[in-house]
Amino acid sequence: MRYLLLIYGRELEEAPPDDVAAASHAAYAAFSADVKARGLFLAGEALTPTSTATTVRIRDGEIVTTDGPFAETKEALGGFYLIEARDLDEAIETAAKIPAAQEGSIEVRPIWELPAEYAMAEAAASEARAGG
Amino acid sequence: MTVRSEDPVAVAERLFREEQGRAVATLIRVLGDFDLAEEAVQDAYITALETWPARGVPDNPGAWITTTARNRAIDRLRRRRVLAEKAELLGRQALIEEELAAIDPDAALDGADAMSPIVDDRLRLIFTCCHPALAMDARVALTLRTLGGLSTPEIARAFLVPEATLAQRLVRAKRKIRDAGIPYRVPDDHALPERLDGVLRVLYLVFNEGYGASTGDRLIRRELSAEAIRLVRVLASLMPDEPEVLGLLALMLLHDARRETRTGPAGELVLLEDQDRSRWDRTRIDEGQALLERVMRMRRVGPYQLQAAIASLHDEAPSSAATDWAQIAALYRVLGEMQPSPVVELNRGVAVAMADGPEAGLALVDRVAATGQLDDYPYLHSTRADLLRRLGRRAEAADAYLAALALTANEPERAFLNRRIAELGRATA
Repeated sequence: MRYLLLIYGRELEEAPPDDVAAASHAAYAAFSADVKARGLFLAGEALTPTSTATTVRIRDGEIVTTDGPFAETKEALGGFYLIEARDLDEAIETAAKIPAAQEGSIEVRPIWELPAEYAMAEAAASEARAGG
Repeated sequence: MTVRSEDPVAVAERLFREEQGRAVATLIRVLGDFDLAEEAVQDAYITALETWPARGVPDNPGAWITTTARNRAIDRLRRRRVLAEKAELLGRQALIEEELAAIDPDAALDGADAMSPIVDDRLRLIFTCCHPALAMDARVALTLRTLGGLSTPEIARAFLVPEATLAQRLVRAKRKIRDAGIPYRVPDDHALPERLDGVLRVLYLVFNEGYGASTGDRLIRRELSAEAIRLVRVLASLMPDEPEVLGLLALMLLHDARRETRTGPAGELVLLEDQDRSRWDRTRIDEGQALLERVMRMRRVGPYQLQAAIASLHDEAPSSAATDWAQIAALYRVLGEMQPSPVVELNRGVAVAMADGPEAGLALVDRVAATGQLDDYPYLHSTRADLLRRLGRRAEAADAYLAALALTANEPERAFLNRRIAELGRATA
């Protein structure tokens, strides 16, 4: 199964000192190397702070944009890994090794494997686009 | 072989409940579907009630249930197949049917043998039902429903929740197991201690829910405790080398021995020191103590074993005064070191007061009170009050009884506290 591991943590007000940043990079590099070596890694990215976020909605047919994340919370989404794991136990075990699990939290979300009908609908839509 | 005093239908019902867990567990493994497995076992139940009372219970009811439920599952799948259109689904069903046909009901029995490397399906099921990714109330409900075979209305009544709420809780739990990929297997060795601890916590909670004298249907509560004991017995037979499993079983038996004397005719709580010890269940005590002795020889002490040892000292004492309180205080100290908790410390204070006098006990209890962690715990205040009363510090004792009274809703307990306050010459609320 595929699982998205969402990394939540407190956002720093200012850039951390160089040695702290270096230690954090090293910890993430080690984790990433580990999940890749175990063949679990599918994708993963770090996100810029929520101060750079824009939230988009359609209201009354208009695009409405708001500065900031969808929900203001103490812990913000800071990055993610997408992994392929045998089951929830392996996903939890992997999530627990993400450095942010020490201070923040990791939300484990199974990927919804959409039914074959959806794939067919998407193929049809692509074809329609190519045709038109 | 037949039990003459019991109605044959009741015998069938009881035996079925006791034996059905293995069939449910095996079918869930093969089918990968809780609902279908439960439906098939329910079908077998109906057949059992039709045939067992008249023709007698089969020699091996567990194997009978597995075979019958397996056949019903195949019927149900075939009926579904008529409806199924997708080739992929058909292929999967054919595989499942093959696997179902290959189930050997007697082989499942061997799984319960300690020497067998075959993992009993019930062990897989219990770890799935008690998975930490499920909410605690869902773990409890699912364990009782699938392994215990309690009906949804029975569980709802036991936990005083509406039936619809409980049914919804079960549906949601099963959906999460399926959609989040909660595995159907015994955890790997490195994760086992923690996960086993979680399983034992669920079973202990079920027991306590049935043991507590608070509210609810008395018969259902008795059923809950009996079910918890039965499930720990199964677990103990499957994991005979895990000392805490045996420790929990001993703890439950040693407490359950006092069940009949814990409440008076009006349902009021009877304190340990006032209980009629001649009515304690000797068989339960003997079994619990034998288990405790066996597990102590394994020399891997844990919190359940320590609590069982404390219960055992109470059970074997002819009276409260003749209890080995010094030993109990020492056991509470070890327990507190292993699992620091203000409630354990409070209990240690009580034991110390009995062993070394109220002054020594009060010193400990006051230290617990000073942390403020148990401010809302009525027994902290009533314990302090009792020790102060015995030391002749009447005004402080009355204040502490009033503090306990303000936190107590249970009528018989309120009556008791009011009586004490009146004895101390104080007007009550």
